[in-house]
Amino acid sequence: MAKTITIDGVNIPYEEGQTIIEAATTAGIYIPHLCHHPEFTPHGSCKLCTVKVNGRNCSACTFPAMEGQEVINNAKDLNDDRQKITQMLFVEGNHFCPSCEKTGNCQLQAVAYHLNMLDDHFPLFYQHREMDASHADILIDHNRCIFCTLCVRASHAHDGKDVFAISGRGINKHLIVNSESGLLKDTNMAATDKAAHICPTGAILIKHTAYQVPIGERLYDHQQIDQVSLNTELVDHDK
Amino acid sequence: MYEHLETADNTENLKRVVVEPVSRVEGHGKVTLLLDEDNKVKQARLHIVEFRGFERFIQGRPYWELPVLVQRLCGICPVSHHLAAAKAIDQLVGIDPVNLPIAADKLRRLLHFGQVLQSHALHFFHLSSPDLLFGFESEISKRSIIAVIESYPDLAVQGVMLRKYGQEVIRMVSGKRIHGTGAIPGGMNKSLTKEERDYLRKDIEQIISWGVASVALIKKVHCSNLPYYDDFATIRSNYLGLTKPDGALELYHGGIRAKNAQGETIMDHVDYCKYNDFIHEEVRSWTYMKFPYLLSMGQEDGWYRVGPLARVNNCDYIDTPLAELERVDFKAHSNEVMVHSTLAFHWARLIELLHCAESIKTLLNDPDILSQDLVAKGEKRYEGVGVIEAPRGTLFHHYQVDENDIVTKANLIVSTTSNNMAMNESVRQVAAEYLSGQELTEPLLNNLEVAIRAYDPCLSCATHAMGKMPLQLELINADGQLIDKLVKGSNGHINRIANA
Repeated sequence: MAKTITIDGVNIPYEEGQTIIEAATTAGIYIPHLCHHPEFTPHGSCKLCTVKVNGRNCSACTFPAMEGQEVINNAKDLNDDRQKITQMLFVEGNHFCPSCEKTGNCQLQAVAYHLNMLDDHFPLFYQHREMDASHADILIDHNRCIFCTLCVRASHAHDGKDVFAISGRGINKHLIVNSESGLLKDTNMAATDKAAHICPTGAILIKHTAYQVPIGERLYDHQQIDQVSLNTELVDHDK
Repeated sequence: MYEHLETADNTENLKRVVVEPVSRVEGHGKVTLLLDEDNKVKQARLHIVEFRGFERFIQGRPYWELPVLVQRLCGICPVSHHLAAAKAIDQLVGIDPVNLPIAADKLRRLLHFGQVLQSHALHFFHLSSPDLLFGFESEISKRSIIAVIESYPDLAVQGVMLRKYGQEVIRMVSGKRIHGTGAIPGGMNKSLTKEERDYLRKDIEQIISWGVASVALIKKVHCSNLPYYDDFATIRSNYLGLTKPDGALELYHGGIRAKNAQGETIMDHVDYCKYNDFIHEEVRSWTYMKFPYLLSMGQEDGWYRVGPLARVNNCDYIDTPLAELERVDFKAHSNEVMVHSTLAFHWARLIELLHCAESIKTLLNDPDILSQDLVAKGEKRYEGVGVIEAPRGTLFHHYQVDENDIVTKANLIVSTTSNNMAMNESVRQVAAEYLSGQELTEPLLNNLEVAIRAYDPCLSCATHAMGKMPLQLELINADGQLIDKLVKGSNGHINRIANA
């Protein structure tokens, strides 16, 4: 008999070794997340996937599914906290959706819509962050980095290059690249790398491709992130 | 003509009257009058009191963001900024207008005609028609679109529907009614589907007939009180705008033509990329809006007007038949080669609205707008200039980028900026001829706004200060007492005011 956990009162099966978010995705249940990606080792840093497991807050992307777990996911208090976390991500960086080329294809924006985030709530930090446009094909806009480390993990695990790392702590945390000059052009990164395509915001972009997808055909124009996420991540799981 | 009213010789003991904000225009401005004890006007100024800063904060951004970023200058004519920036960044990817794919050129023109149509409809019906239908000094309850809806419901509905149609054209081409995408470096990101084209086609005949009716209405209003309409706020000026190579009216791309008040050519078919060789801008301390002028004529005489009046005055003909008939009528009503009446802006604007409706029909019947051949690319360049005829006049976008595709320098000469001197002259004319010496009442002051409104200014687009933005910071305690005061001058120096 299959092992099961409950999520919001619904029994779902899981396989040994699966995390809660993996079991949920397989069962067609969306748990909001940004730093999680089914292909890479869980990181547990964005905290959007926080769920209550038997009354205790846990990151669904790192916590293993275990027999007897009663998981609360889609609850008002959790969604309120997720909304606050998202608002903090927005005010800590410089996210100007109206002119951002990632708009409509951006996970951060889509998750904000999903969580009904209507304003920033918190005062904006207005941090001064530089752009790195030195690479011929790839642009890094540090204004939009949320330190999810997906590029770090993709470059390491998929591309085998270790182009990216996170340096500094707390508010001084920042994305660095593996070159003496500190510029992307002096790394071995290529536009075909997984790391160049995995950013959930508009921090890492392929140059000269902006706005080529018309409004109406963008990823989140007709579907919310829960549907898109389940569709794409189920495919990734099946690989 | 009325320059002496820009600055009073001695401002002591003069009474100050302020119209703030100027209503039914885009953006924020105010008019100040200084009057002596006999209510004679000694000084009249139109001040633009908001500050934007786009030219500065787009520096450091990648150039492909520009059409989408700078269109946020405006909610009324974003398409014009979008396309002016697009024309400039075409050059950055090595594409001059002649090399733009035909489909992209036609789709951009369609987008632009939709934009000018909706903007002109908005201005005439929503903003100006109350003045023109009820009188300049009518009671305040009559001075809004609500009163037009009550008294002339059919007309108000036509205005709303005309605007809506223009917005729908924009939505079909760029994805959204306001602030869509569409233009990308070297082309467009989509063409029209047959369904989208047919959706627009089904209403175009109605739109054209409403356009014809609109011109008939303004012609009747103007000609029924001809001496007044030809005199009110009227100034004699130079005129500047784009025309086609054969001298026809042009809104999207052409050479620059300028004529003087007598209709003599100052320049013609000039490449707009060289605009800096013949247009300079002057800064005055009392407004955030700059004063452009033709270098060859100097600051005193080189100012010019742009927009519908300039375009219809300047062109040799209009290449759509109904609008051309109206242009001929328009020119014939004046005794002079050039029509100088400021209120004739409205008439010219509606002739252009009709031209846009006719041109949209032509393009909707053109199979090229369904083509998928949408983008071209050439050799990278480091500088691009895009110029377009926005609803309010000639709009200049000029950008420089570095080897990493990042914007290093930007200059925007926004249409309304070119009309700055003219609007001030018209305000001074009205102040001197219609207000001076009278007991000023609120309805009487609306005359000043009517003069400004004729230009359809977009003050929020047009405000670009030179140098550092002057600021004044005051710390006031709960009792209203000034505790501290810092003042930043336009040179950027900050001073603490002692004994504050």
